[in-house]
This record gives sequence, structure tokens and C-alpha cells, in this order.
Amino acid sequence: MKRREFITLPAKCLGGLLMYTLAGVPVRISGASGTVRLPLRFFTANEALIIAAAAERIFPSDESGPGATEAGVAIYIDRQLAGPYGHDKYRYTRGPFVESVPEHGYQGKANPQEIYRDGLQKIGPDFTKLDAEKQDDRLRAIEGTTFFRMLRAHTIEGMFSDPMHGGNANMIGWQLIGYPGPVMSYGDEIDKHYGRAFRSQKPMSLAQVIGHPVKGWEEERN
Amino acid sequence: MERLKPVDVVIVGGGWTGLLMAKEIVHRTPLSVLVLERGGPARQDAATMDELDYLIRLRLMQNIADETVTHRHSITGRAVPVRQYGSFDPGTGVGGAGEHWGGVSNRYRADQFSLLSHLREKYGREYLPGNLTVQDWGITYDELEPYYWRAEQMMGVCGKAGNLRGTIIDGGDPFEAPRSHEFPNPPHKMSYFPTIFRNAAIELGYRPYPIPTATLSQGYRNPDGITRPGCAYCGFCSRYGCMIGAKAQPSNTLLPLLTNKKSFRLQTGAWVRRVIHRHGKVEGVSYVDASGQEKVQPANVVMLASWTMNNSRLLLLSNIGEPYDALSGRGTLGKNLTHTVLHQVQLFFDKPLNLFMGTGGLGFAIGEFAGDQIDRDSGILRGSEIRANTNGQGPISAFGRVPPSVEVNWGPEWKKASLNWYDKVGQITCEAAHFAYRENYIDLDPTYTDKLGDPLVRLTLDWTNHEKRQKAFLEKVMNSLGKAMGAQVGKALRAAEDHYSATQYQSTHVQGGAIMGNSPEESVVNPWLQHWRIPNLWVMGGSAFPQNESANPTLTILAITYRAADAFVDRYVSRPGALG
Repeated sequence: MKRREFITLPAKCLGGLLMYTLAGVPVRISGASGTVRLPLRFFTANEALIIAAAAERIFPSDESGPGATEAGVAIYIDRQLAGPYGHDKYRYTRGPFVESVPEHGYQGKANPQEIYRDGLQKIGPDFTKLDAEKQDDRLRAIEGTTFFRMLRAHTIEGMFSDPMHGGNANMIGWQLIGYPGPVMSYGDEIDKHYGRAFRSQKPMSLAQVIGHPVKGWEEERN
Repeated sequence: MERLKPVDVVIVGGGWTGLLMAKEIVHRTPLSVLVLERGGPARQDAATMDELDYLIRLRLMQNIADETVTHRHSITGRAVPVRQYGSFDPGTGVGGAGEHWGGVSNRYRADQFSLLSHLREKYGREYLPGNLTVQDWGITYDELEPYYWRAEQMMGVCGKAGNLRGTIIDGGDPFEAPRSHEFPNPPHKMSYFPTIFRNAAIELGYRPYPIPTATLSQGYRNPDGITRPGCAYCGFCSRYGCMIGAKAQPSNTLLPLLTNKKSFRLQTGAWVRRVIHRHGKVEGVSYVDASGQEKVQPANVVMLASWTMNNSRLLLLSNIGEPYDALSGRGTLGKNLTHTVLHQVQLFFDKPLNLFMGTGGLGFAIGEFAGDQIDRDSGILRGSEIRANTNGQGPISAFGRVPPSVEVNWGPEWKKASLNWYDKVGQITCEAAHFAYRENYIDLDPTYTDKLGDPLVRLTLDWTNHEKRQKAFLEKVMNSLGKAMGAQVGKALRAAEDHYSATQYQSTHVQGGAIMGNSPEESVVNPWLQHWRIPNLWVMGGSAFPQNESANPTLTILAITYRAADAFVDRYVSRPGALG
């Protein structure tokens, strides 16, 4: 069996987060101080740090608010890649594979796992050692690639998807924009608040709203 | 191959049309009905309120790894598979796409049903493009009106009549065809964004009307005794199943009427591969069950009610009918493939819009530029309803909408702009009419196969100058509406670019391939959806549409299914044979 890899993150950004172990068992992470070590499903520890650093350049933590690091975007991506999405269980992958026009979208054979492994090579094993400006240069050089488009989309997903998927830790992405999370009824709100924000400082996750844990599609086992 | 016990009627596909037909037959005749559905059982729980799994990863859709379609832009082009969903999202499982639809339920304009005759009369034969292959449906609006009314009552459609038996009524759509009744339910409470659209439309002299929806504005009991609650505007609507049953879905309006009937059976996981036929009669279907076993299901009548393209595919795979040849124009099976043409303009406001609340069709529309209202000077023959609705936008898809002045799409500057513009970007939408053309059609792909080794269908489809002119014309109108709404910047989106794109969502309203019409020379099924050559074979759904109107098709699909059900139950059962 593959050696288990971990990522170490500041615990303050993961308070009360519900995560799934490799075996799919939900565990509540609540480190009050210091750091926590989370098991990785797909990345090596070094790869996870590189992806975390790249996601941080796409959605930085800065004076406008928290970003990809606090949200745990790298964990989100790790779980997506380890799940059915990562190995193209839900993409048509019969050949022949031929190049076509842009209107036909991505026609390649490589699945997201392979695209990430290739992309990690492109941005370089030394990525975490570069300063922000040099990191941006590396990312700009691959902006047109399938890998970068995926990384950008996955970063946004990791910021704003339900925390059951491993990102949006502590619903920090939702708090950033005031999104309340899934709400069972806006029956009393829908025709009010015209031109005024109806926001929530304390969003609720799907598990909190419906009162029991929900498993994301990435937990599906073959 | 195991041969199963015969049934009277086997229906392929357990979505809106299949279950509606089953319900009518089981309740009105002693016949036994078996519905074969290749997906799983219907699911209905709040655990679907997850944007990532359901809106982004499309968890309720057919598994595209098992079967997809191929696409090419022209007869001489090389088709490649659509490897991930883009321009349409076909559903799977009991209820089909009727589970994840948005519920918009417009009737079609009266002239749509005799479109070819109408265009020839209005413009003259010479004025029309030479490759236009639009046709009449073989039915009139007046013939269909009672069936529209039944479908509206079944789902409890909410709205405001604009034309009640010829009298134009304020607040409704003045251009709609005459209705025999007011809507079963009143319009919804209205959210902010459609309200400012409505005010701007009135200011510009248009007559906005509330979009008719099959999500309920109040509790409702339909004529079948099915009770559903009013909508909660949770915003998890299109691409999701409704967790409270406010949205009409086959699983909450039809299935409960079937499950306790002894003469009805529903088999999930049954992947139908062929329609078995001999000497001008069908004898049943063959399918592969969930465990991979091949089965033969004999039946006296076969009804195809799977999604548009799969209806045509099953006929092509079973060698039933003459495949259409685009060069000679001969053959009917596969012809008149149409989609819709989505034109959108993004509008940027200085106020938040709370767009995460809403329901599929919650909004207003104007009909001045749809149907026959369009004038000759516009350079287009048919345009679009223009809509502003709030169907519920989750944060993953809503975040990152920034004006064209922001030239980066990642990094600190982009993040700052995206935070500033979050929830201040609304969209006006046209789902424009799409005509049928000689070069747009369905056949079998020579190269790519499904998981069982059967050929995929191949779509040959591209935009023509008409769709590009529609884009230019409608964008101007949408921009003027946006300005009147007080929007800062307009940005045109996803409209008909140079070529049809399989990566950009248009709608799931792909139509044609097994079209209805006046004669076997020009269509596959007769006006009752019965196959012209094989009377005990019926083909139902959007595959029957000769061309696409600027309005969502479900209501019309249900109306023609009700009409087919009456013909089957009242006429065919006592005297099996070709209806005439």
C-alpha cells in the first residue's frame, strides 16, 4: 500500500470542520491552537503544498479577506482528484482521441489526476520556494493550459462549495461574501429586501441544515 | 437471451411522457403496462441542495461515460464525441429530465403549429432561405388547446392569462394564443431583479407578463387528487430535484398514481437496445438489465418515450424507417434536428440582488420580439421571448462575474473586483426559436460506441446566418432594457458565435429526429405520435417537434402526449391499426 501522506495546516482555520477519513468515516476536526495534520488521498505532501501555494496566488489571502489557504482549497482538490471525478468515471473516455475545434471542448485522454501530475511538473517542484511575483510568472506562463483552467475552477469550487467537500473550511468562503448556505425556505424573504443585501454572518452547511451528515460524490466507492 | 412474459404495452423511458402515457392507459383501460427505465429509482431529499455535486458535476444527469453523442459542424466534417456535458443536460432515472427541470411552462404561439404555411404566406416562398426545412405539425393550436389545459392542471401551472378566449387581459402575455381558462394558480410573489425588469419594460412601452411556472405559488390539489405545497424559493431548482415537491416532477405528480396499480410495472436499470419488428409490426424490445443480462420483452404495443435523441437512436439501431440523407433530402428519420439559441446579456448593478433566492421560472418576460411579432425590417423571421428571472444562483457559479473592464481572471485584482460585484450581476435571457435546416440532422456515428458497443448518434449541427442575425438584433433590445433598468455595463454572453459550441449551455431542449407531420413522406410519426409505417409503434417527446419555438418545450410535450393518449385509449385500443 502507498505510504500515507499528510498535509499540515494552521488549526485555527479548520475549527469545527467535518471531514471524512480515507475510509469515508466522518470526523470533526477541532484543533484549538497550533497545527493539524490531515491525511491526503491523492497528492503527496509536497504536491499538496505546491497546489496550496498556486491556489493561494489565484485566490489570495489579502486585505480584501481570506483566501485559498484559509479555506483549505488544497484539501478540496485532493479529495476531488481521489474520487470518481479524478479518474474520469463520469466523462466519455472511449477512443479514438483526436484533436478538434475549441467548440468540442477538452478531447484529451488524460484524466484530472494525470492533468494535475503533469501540471505540477510544469509549475515546478521548487514552486513553494519562489516569491509571489515569480510564482505568478510561472502561472501566467501556463494560463492557456487545461491544467490551469482546472486549477482556477477548482480553487473557486474549493472556496465556495459546501464544507463537506473538504474546502470552504469553517464556511470561510461563504462568510466572505455573506452567502447563507442552503436555506430551506425564503418564502418570507423573496419579495422583500429590494436592492438591499440579505446576508448572513453565520452561514449553515447542508449537514447543519438537514441535521445529519451528507456525503459528497467524491466519497463514492467503486 | 431470456424471453420474458408478454405485456400489452411496453414503454421505453420513465420520464414525463412515459409515465404520463402509462398513467392514462392504466387508469382508463385494462391493459398491462411495463415501463423500462435505464436509470435508477427517483430520489427526493434535501441532500441534493449542493451546488458542487448537482449544478457543477451534474449528478442527476445520464452518465456520459456510458453513452454520449458525437457532433460535427457540417456534412463533410469529422465528428468527435461530446466528452463532458456542455450544451445540454439529459436527465436519468425515474422522472428523467422532468426531475431537474426549471418548470418554465409557456404555451407555444398559435402560428408555430403551421409555421411553414405561415412563413410562406407572410413572406412569400422566395424570401425564405433555400435550406429552411421547417414544417407544419399536422395539428392546429385549437386542436391542442384542451390538452394544454389538461397539462397545466396536472402540474398546477402558475401565471396570468393574457388572452382569455380572445379577450386581451392586462398583466398577461397579450401575444399568447387564446386560452379557454385562466391559469390553475396565480403568479408567484416576485423577487427584486425581475421587478425592475418589469418596470423598465413598461417604461419602454412593452407589456411584461409573469413567466408561467410549474413550481407552485400556493398549495394545490390537481384533478388527479395529487396535492403539492407552494414553493419555498430555496433556489435549488434547475439541476436539482425539489425537496418539498413544489415543482411538478414525474415522481411527485404521476408516479404516486401508478405504484399501487396491479396492471403497472416499472423496471429500472433496463437499457433498451433494440425494437424488435417483423412484417411491419413491432413485437417487443430487447434490453440489458442492471446485472448485464440480455432480455427480450414481448409486447403488443411499443412506445418510445426516452429523451429526444435516444428515440431517434433506437429507431436507427432497429432499422425502422428510412434514415434521412441530407444531400438528397430523402428519408425522414433523423431530420429537422433543432436546439434553442441562447442569447444573454449580463447587467451590472450598484445594488445587491439576492440572486441566491428564487425558483426556476421566477420572473417576467416580454413577447414583443417573439413569434410573429417580429417585423420584416428586423431581418429575422422569428425571435425570442425576453426574460429576466431569478432561478437561484449558488456562490460557485455566481462568483467571478466582473465587468469587461476587469481584464484579469485570477489574482488579487480579480478577487477584489469579484467580491465587489458578487450578487450585483443579473442576466436577461433569450431562448430564441431555432429553425430546421437541411444540413442539421441526426444519424448514427460510424466510429464511436456506447458501453455496450452500439453506435452513438451523430449530430450534424451549426448556426446559420439567421441565428447570428437573431443575436445582433436581440442583444440590442436586451441592452436597451438593461439601460432602462439602471444597469451600469452590459456584456453579451454565450450567444450564437460563429459556430455551434458543444461546450456552452443552450438548453436541454434538443428537438426533432422523429418528427410529426401531415404525411409519411415528410415525417416519422402521424399527428397522434403513431409511427406512419408501423401502427403498433408510438414515438413520443421532443423528437416529434418539426422545429423549436422560443419557449421551453415540456408543456407542449405533455400536451401532445395527452392527445396521443386519447387517440390510443379511445380509438386504437378498440380498433388497432393506423389512425387516420
